[in-house]
Amino acid sequence: MTELTDLGIAALRDGIAKGDFTATEVATAFNAAVEAAQPALNAFIVTTPDKALEAAAKVDADRAAGKPLGKMAGVPIGMKDLFATKGVQTTAASHILEGFVPPYESTVSRKLWEAGAGMLGKLNLDQFAMGSSNETSAFGNVISPWRRPGDATPLAPGGSSGGSSAAVAARIAPAATGTDTGGSIRQPAAFTGISGIKPTYGRCSRWGVVAFASSLDQAGAMAHDVTDCAIMLEAMAGFDPKDSTSLDLPVPEWTANLNADMRGKKVGIPREYRLDGMDADVAKSWDDGIAWMKDAGAEIVEISLPHTRYALPTYYIIAPAEASSNLARYDGVRYGLRELPEGAGLQDMYAATRAAGFGPEVKRRIMIGTYVLSAGFYDAYYTQAQKVRTLISHDFTNAFREVDVILVPTAPSSAFALGEKSADPLEMYLNDVFSVPASLAGLPAMSVPAGLDRNGLPLGLQVIGKAFDEQGVLNASLAIEQRAQFSARPAKWW
Amino acid sequence: MSEYRIQGATGEWEVVIGLEVHAQITTNAKLFSGAATAFGAEPNTQVSLVDAAMPGMLPVPNRECIRQAVRTGLAINAKINKWSRFDRKNYFYADLPQGYQISQLYHPLVGEGSIEIQLDDKNPESTKTIGIERIHVEQDAGKLMHDQHPTMSYVDLNRSGVALMEIVSRPDMRSPAEAGAYLAKLRTILRYVGSCDGNMDQGSMRADVNVSVRRPGDPFGTRTETKNVNSVRFVMAVVEQEAKRQVAVIEDGGTVVQETRLYDPDRNETRSMRSKEDAHDYRYFPDPDLLPLELDDAFLEECRASLPELPDAKRHRYETALGLSAYNAGVLTADVETARWFEALLAETAARAKKSEAEVAKQASNWLISELFGALNKLGRSLETSPVSPAAGAELLALVADGTISGSIAKQVLEKMLESGDGAAAIVEREGLKQTSDTGAIEAAIDGILAANADKVEQFKAGKEALFGFFVGQTMKAMQGKANPQLVNELLKKKLG
Repeated sequence: MTELTDLGIAALRDGIAKGDFTATEVATAFNAAVEAAQPALNAFIVTTPDKALEAAAKVDADRAAGKPLGKMAGVPIGMKDLFATKGVQTTAASHILEGFVPPYESTVSRKLWEAGAGMLGKLNLDQFAMGSSNETSAFGNVISPWRRPGDATPLAPGGSSGGSSAAVAARIAPAATGTDTGGSIRQPAAFTGISGIKPTYGRCSRWGVVAFASSLDQAGAMAHDVTDCAIMLEAMAGFDPKDSTSLDLPVPEWTANLNADMRGKKVGIPREYRLDGMDADVAKSWDDGIAWMKDAGAEIVEISLPHTRYALPTYYIIAPAEASSNLARYDGVRYGLRELPEGAGLQDMYAATRAAGFGPEVKRRIMIGTYVLSAGFYDAYYTQAQKVRTLISHDFTNAFREVDVILVPTAPSSAFALGEKSADPLEMYLNDVFSVPASLAGLPAMSVPAGLDRNGLPLGLQVIGKAFDEQGVLNASLAIEQRAQFSARPAKWW
Repeated sequence: MSEYRIQGATGEWEVVIGLEVHAQITTNAKLFSGAATAFGAEPNTQVSLVDAAMPGMLPVPNRECIRQAVRTGLAINAKINKWSRFDRKNYFYADLPQGYQISQLYHPLVGEGSIEIQLDDKNPESTKTIGIERIHVEQDAGKLMHDQHPTMSYVDLNRSGVALMEIVSRPDMRSPAEAGAYLAKLRTILRYVGSCDGNMDQGSMRADVNVSVRRPGDPFGTRTETKNVNSVRFVMAVVEQEAKRQVAVIEDGGTVVQETRLYDPDRNETRSMRSKEDAHDYRYFPDPDLLPLELDDAFLEECRASLPELPDAKRHRYETALGLSAYNAGVLTADVETARWFEALLAETAARAKKSEAEVAKQASNWLISELFGALNKLGRSLETSPVSPAAGAELLALVADGTISGSIAKQVLEKMLESGDGAAAIVEREGLKQTSDTGAIEAAIDGILAANADKVEQFKAGKEALFGFFVGQTMKAMQGKANPQLVNELLKKKLG
């Protein structure tokens, strides 16, 4: 029999339900895997083995009592440390929130616990979800379980959900929550050979999720495969009256309606995504994807998304603008870090607390955001960016009159080495070039593993769908998954 | 109309005033959270996770706050914007947990409207229309307490997130009296609508007073803004002091600096708080946590239908339908509680007399204004805390109307009602104050008085008719005020005839 930790959500849940193994055995196995990997991978900020066992015991008891079991019953997961968890430290990977223990539970995590999931721990991430490599965490880098063959250089697990991607790829968690503001689920999923879906903006409640950029932040699922993502997303999603931007729509039965048959579907290939100097392996994997779509019966249609080139600058105005305001609450007055130098007044306390509490990337984005919102620059930057955002949205609306889904690469390259891009913020930002447009338009988008590149590292393909059409995204992704037959796993070196 | 001028050393100056009034919306819950809003609660007992800006907390608009602001807008005949939006006003302060205030800069809920003020109650010609530019909805901040600890300030977040309407006037006022009348009228309307209790001493309503001066006919001068003025009297004082100060600055060769000022009531002066140079850059932008506010016709219709009769309409009705004097109508409609009290009194009085309200309105209004107000005033009480209810007042008025007691006895009875809380009839019975229509007794009294004042009778007969009042007074005195005055008149006329 394969090890329990090799199993994903569906296999674990069904195995527990059938009595092949108990939820407690599952939790124990993953707790041990987490403990063994933690020193090498640093995927977690805190581990919560007792929480995992507690949830498992309840599932085992419910099963014994013949009670109905939830969608995620007995599945222990990693929780990105951006979700507030009642009684468990929640930091957003920032020193400014170190030691902060919320007296409340985020809606998404609550729904997962109610569906029977347990918590292995709080996953590391880029500080306040700002980063593409997990190098901005105040709690140390996450090390990708992947390595280039014969090369021990530590690689980035992607970001900001780098703890999530590393944990799932290393099989120390069968699934993990992620959040995606400009690609923070999709890019790390692509870097680590797993699946990750960002649903339509508003599908998952933002209540209790530490905010980065409110108009873009969206929670999603990261797991072994498309089916597991569908199961987990069903458990996470749903209208929440506590979030004004939450979608007041029923959650569809995505899992039950999974269907990889693409006959009669049109897949759009936007010519603007074919960049000059595109990585040859990325270009090839995209062509593979197109071939698989055809094989699944889809018609391939070349489309145009003319404002694509403005997406990145637009994103890097809007997201920092919102962040600069969202992060104003970390002021040392009510919770978290407080630096109070001798004789300090209020302004001194603010300055000292924020200087000590925020990392350099967070400070950079607060500075950019403050600048683009300030008098005299507001119209030139923020107002202009909002207009362009609308144009980008219209590009998609127009395209979706012709096609059902859009297929593009997830990221411009496979995983890079830690430290390779961290010196140059612009180069780091360019990593989001393929993921940001769907975020600006609030569309559902998913990354699925497509193969390995010349370095033996995973590449992902991204499916972008119409608003509210997670089903279309999941189905196209499933068609790719079935044809890519991606089974590569990182060799265990930790 | 008003020609208020400041006499400077170099000639006359005109003052230009605009008010930004912050009115706390009367609701049980805050603008974006479910926390309570009661005044005077223990510090930090009415604070939700949202109000404290805990990580990941989100605002959700409170429908009732929006409803009250819309009703207020309708009451000032303003344009209601069916599409409006909330913006963040960013600044750091310890009483502002989010680091921004949620307000509405770019797209306010309520657009242009106006209210009419009347400077002289007795002169219907002294009216003026004051334009209102907008009403927007925003969050209040918390409160710093500097007196709790020798070296530290404490923060009370009870007010944090409480819903405010900011009602911005046009610079249409030209004198302290107009500014005072505007604020008083606005308060009246808010209390009628029920959207704000208007308790200025509790901070439910406060005004930022914008003042500038100019030569009559010149363009607007540079204005100053005096913040958080919390009474009608202080607003008038601010206008007066600030205008004088600005004239003095200009006439001394200086220039008025655009700045924020504070009013010190103890010294009756304004002083600089901060100038525009160190003004904040608030970095307003649309709040991405909130969707635009879109109102449908059904909601607007419900708001409109729920509006009560407003002060101007009521006043007009009192004058035309009830036949009250302009003065009485003005006094009775100046506050919603007074009008409510009067209408209860009127209904009860008409019912007892089996007459229409119009037939008894004059009597009831005169009694309320000249008798009850006077008596309550002496006791230092208001209508709201009056021991005499409208029904009890109507009982007293009925006793006068049916001749049981005279008007002067009624004054005594009212005093006793206020003291004891007993009903008028019971007091009249107990104290034996019933008016007598016993012709025999009155005639006997008259005979006695005429006999004792034979000289005056002669003078009266010789044409000194003014003496008639003397005989009436003497007779009433002899009857201890209880004689039916009409009978006294009739009998006296006959005997002197």
